[in-house]
Amino acid sequence: MSNDIFVITEHMDGKFSDVSFEMVGKAKELAAALGGQAVAVVLGGGVDVNGFASDSTIQVDDPALAQFNPEACGKVIEALAREKSPRLVLFGWTATGMDLAAWLSARLGQPCVAYVKGVSLDGGGLTVSSQVYGGKMVAEVAPQGDMAILAVLAGSFPVEAGQGSTAASQIASPVPLDGLKVKFVEAIKPAAGDVDITAQAKLVSIGRGIGGKENVELAEELAQALGGTVSASRPVVDAGWLPRTRQVGKSGLKVKPKLYLMLGISGAPEHLEGMKSAELIIAINTDKKAPIFNVAHYGATADLFEVAEAMLELL
Amino acid sequence: MNIIVAIKHIPSIADDLPVNGSNLDFDSVDFVLNEFDEQSIEQAVLVKEASGGTVTVVGVDLIGELDNVLHLALAKGADKAVKITADDPGADSHQQAGWLAEAIRDMSPDIVFTGVQASNDLDGQIGPMLAARLDLPYIGGVSSVDVVDGAATVNKEFAGGVGAKYAVSLPVVVGVQAASKPPRYAPISKVRQIAQTAAIGKVAPSGDGAGAGLAFKKMAPPVAAGHAKMFTGSPKEVAAQIVELLKGRGLA
Repeated sequence: MSNDIFVITEHMDGKFSDVSFEMVGKAKELAAALGGQAVAVVLGGGVDVNGFASDSTIQVDDPALAQFNPEACGKVIEALAREKSPRLVLFGWTATGMDLAAWLSARLGQPCVAYVKGVSLDGGGLTVSSQVYGGKMVAEVAPQGDMAILAVLAGSFPVEAGQGSTAASQIASPVPLDGLKVKFVEAIKPAAGDVDITAQAKLVSIGRGIGGKENVELAEELAQALGGTVSASRPVVDAGWLPRTRQVGKSGLKVKPKLYLMLGISGAPEHLEGMKSAELIIAINTDKKAPIFNVAHYGATADLFEVAEAMLELL
Repeated sequence: MNIIVAIKHIPSIADDLPVNGSNLDFDSVDFVLNEFDEQSIEQAVLVKEASGGTVTVVGVDLIGELDNVLHLALAKGADKAVKITADDPGADSHQQAGWLAEAIRDMSPDIVFTGVQASNDLDGQIGPMLAARLDLPYIGGVSSVDVVDGAATVNKEFAGGVGAKYAVSLPVVVGVQAASKPPRYAPISKVRQIAQTAAIGKVAPSGDGAGAGLAFKKMAPPVAAGHAKMFTGSPKEVAAQIVELLKGRGLA
């Protein structure tokens, strides 16, 4: 076992995600305390790999890694983890990291913590905090054993601490990547034609609390009266009440409007990832313990329909 | 085609979450179907309707109330339902994935659907762990699935409408983000009717029962860096204060 910390970085269209840098920065701090190295692991090519502040960067390039492939990435990471026995393997709790972290945990028989917001060391012991139950609770746990796999929520650590100029070394895949059962076919681009919510100054954003498709009209009237447009959290889109182009959050779009007026959104970590930089956040929710009230600038525990109708009369 | 849906019964986050020691007080919370499992059940039924086969929904019965969820799944088009009688409300994802893997292996699946995540996946999701235990490929974040001639074509979402299409040879475990159509509605009368007639299979938990390997130190609501300034009063008074704030900032 080593005290090294592996960061599984992620990139798309020639650019690393912010969470990759965030994790490298945190890994450096933890590795220094443990007497190990922070190792950035890059899978695939087509990206500048020399921009991390890691102690070392390993790039594994192979045609099978040209686009994200969960099966190919899993095989490579499992082989590296078995060979190098790092103390920690960090993934982003992202569309790609979510395919791999728990899988690796089950393959290696080592513990995994998801929804990670914080990692600390005290007396050599590891404490990991995880934002579970839709952001309503924070669990603090100590992973048992020699290795732990953590899946980190984007926005948990500063980006800058992970930025640097460590020169990467290239290695061949430690496992053969032929005969894969999963094959990349083609990229899917966003559907065009709807309003671009990232370009809107004012968003009236609706969540599960809106109750049904028939109530979306009220939010639309309010948005129109304010000179903005309607966006939504994921459950609204999954229910088919608004198109995918209106979704704010981790699996949707990141927005930074002047006004983000939230009707019936509880504020799960995945949603906060997409809107917490908005200039003015106002949240209306019936649950006074909804986590959104820890993030919003202004709020009210009230019936969203009554408030929206009363606002319409005043505008 | 043998289509399996592995579901999770999880604490409802609509209500308060009482704590006992360093974890939730599982005896005092309501359990509901993981919302992403509603999507995975729908996707499984859509695949059956398009390509044929049977849909079997299987879950770990943590508190003896899984029947309600299984009846709903049957009302929405699943053909069979099986519960693993664990009776352990605090069972973590690793334990549940272990029991589910043993049960599902015996079912010889062609495709296994799970919800992409659950709000109590502290130790990771059951989908990738099932795949690892069954030695099958896993792909999550999926928003459509088509099965033709022993192979699945799936769309995986990254973010903001960007995604990728993958071809996967069966069997495979799929983590569903959203079904290709919104989940269908099952009338309560139909659910009630099924509850009276449906036979739900029972399986005892088997396998190594290995848990997550996490020692709990604390479970508490987040310590907020700040809190919203709260408007109080009647809805009309709240609305008036919001409008005044917006006008003051040139936003209305």
